[in-house]
Amino acid sequence: MAHETAMTEGGFWRDTGRTGIGAWIFSTDHKRIGLMYLYCVLGFFLVGAFLGLLIRLELMAPGPTIMTAQTYNAMFTVHGVVMIFLFIIPGIPASFGNLVLPIQLGARDVAFPRVNLFSWWLYAIGAVIVLISLFTGGGAPDTGWTFYVPFSARTTTNVSLAVFGVFVLGFSSILTGINFITTIHRMRAPGMTWTRIPLFTWSLYATAWVQVLATPIIAITLLLVVTERILGLGLFDPTRGGDPVMYQHMFWIYSHPAVYIMILPGMGVISDIIPVFSRKPIFGYKMIAFSSLAIAAAGSAVWGHHMYTSGMSDLGVLVFSFLTFIVAIPSAIKVFNWVSTMYKGSISLEAPMLFALSFILLFSIGGLSGLILGAAATDIHVHDTHFVVGHFHYVMFGGTGFAFFAAAHYWLPKYFGRRYQEKPAIIGWVFMFIGFNILYFTMQVLGMEGMPRRYYDYLPEFARLNFVATVGSWIMLAGVAIVVWNLWRGLFKGEPFTGNPWGGASLEWSIATPPPTENFEEDPVVTHGPYDFKGAGVP
Amino acid sequence: MTEEHAEHILSYGKLTTVWVALLVLTAATIMVTRVELGVWKVWAALAIASVKSGLVIAFFMHMKYEPRLFRIILFVALFTLAGFIGGTFFDVLYR
Repeated sequence: MAHETAMTEGGFWRDTGRTGIGAWIFSTDHKRIGLMYLYCVLGFFLVGAFLGLLIRLELMAPGPTIMTAQTYNAMFTVHGVVMIFLFIIPGIPASFGNLVLPIQLGARDVAFPRVNLFSWWLYAIGAVIVLISLFTGGGAPDTGWTFYVPFSARTTTNVSLAVFGVFVLGFSSILTGINFITTIHRMRAPGMTWTRIPLFTWSLYATAWVQVLATPIIAITLLLVVTERILGLGLFDPTRGGDPVMYQHMFWIYSHPAVYIMILPGMGVISDIIPVFSRKPIFGYKMIAFSSLAIAAAGSAVWGHHMYTSGMSDLGVLVFSFLTFIVAIPSAIKVFNWVSTMYKGSISLEAPMLFALSFILLFSIGGLSGLILGAAATDIHVHDTHFVVGHFHYVMFGGTGFAFFAAAHYWLPKYFGRRYQEKPAIIGWVFMFIGFNILYFTMQVLGMEGMPRRYYDYLPEFARLNFVATVGSWIMLAGVAIVVWNLWRGLFKGEPFTGNPWGGASLEWSIATPPPTENFEEDPVVTHGPYDFKGAGVP
Repeated sequence: MTEEHAEHILSYGKLTTVWVALLVLTAATIMVTRVELGVWKVWAALAIASVKSGLVIAFFMHMKYEPRLFRIILFVALFTLAGFIGGTFFDVLYR
């Protein structure tokens, strides 16, 4: 029966059970859950991008431009909270991870499908709580997304509810992590040895470990902020024996590894796309796989580099600075291996590959500017300036954001059975790429010149470059609009997409389009690696 | 993963022994506070607490009878937590 369903046209889109919205929000099918995550994270990305646009509009000229100072404070806080906790952390792992991971392993679903659905519900509930917090109580939080004490313990804005929402979102992330670790250990098809696991799934494995081990720390930390606000225990208040720097330690113990939750799956996407569009097996498979684990491990020991100017001990600064440099090694291993994969390859510049290539450049710029911040001597000069803002947007948006769109152009046609148009995708990418660099490179220059971050107003000498950055934000968002519109229209109304047009050798390309409900008609036996194009019989 | 272990039910005798050991160690935790150990007081309390949690994990939580993989996973989690605490205290101690 299941096989018959699987073979009918429309694959998993034709659910045999419930109808209407119930077929989605109560479905335990990893593909439906993945798509629900995708719609949510994409929606929040657009909300966050709109808030970012407003922030840039405010900064276009000195003095009040379109909003009050208090609104501006709330605006950059909500931009950060939405982008970090609602878009980028679940962005690739929960959406594309759910869509792709079980199929890449040759499994019919994740190890715990109901926990998977519960995880989506927690995400939805957490998101609703965060949204409610913006419009109730004392108004949207104005602390910055980092919720630093002592301000977060004192401000009259609705911090308690917002951090509780983030607390719930954290559990969603932990459950997804546990599910992926178990699935990778237990659900691999016969023949799917550890060295035949596609690198996207490998990156999700490393990510899942960070999700499981680090997220509980932020949960506790945020609860402490709430108790501090409600009960006034003085945990972080030095006049009562507390320590405000302790908050920063606890916050960054999670939030630094969290940037690897954000970037590692993006690196995995790139590792899967580059070989396919270069028609060459990946260079240094094992090194890329293990470097994901190395990044997860080393990245968990560098949180102190956010606190060089916070009054940490000098020895602590020295040690954390040294450890930070270690993370550059596995990151560079990946970049060199991607470039080596392309060397003498037959490269075809289609939309997924263009996003992947721009990832390499933008991530490298972001990574190298990260070393300027990781070195304590230089960080002290640019700390809390726009240089930092430019740096993390290079890594997070230039990295993860571009990888998200690379994944969308690469995998989504497989799941929708329809494809987007190539030309608008490329035009959108060009706008995004150019606008991105105008916006964020200018920010880095502004930071070097001394413009602080999170300031509502600035000195006249920063006016020209701020104007340029704002124009960049318009160009970039025009590109995002073209890309999203083209994807949306193409995936629902575009040309049919069948077979394996890009010639991928991993398992997701061996099954019907769209994938059947149970993914595989018969459990596959894996006989070749994920980038062994000859072994997979693709040209 | 081929190591499928049959369910292990511990005898009441063994469980009681562990329980008594935990009670003795709890008494030891209290007694150790009455001895002048100076800075080692905290270490003594932590050492006893570690042994107690080790017993709970090994017997009550069955870790002694689980496949090696689970023990590695537990170790990774404990190691990470120790790293987090150690890194934080490294700052506080040398501030």
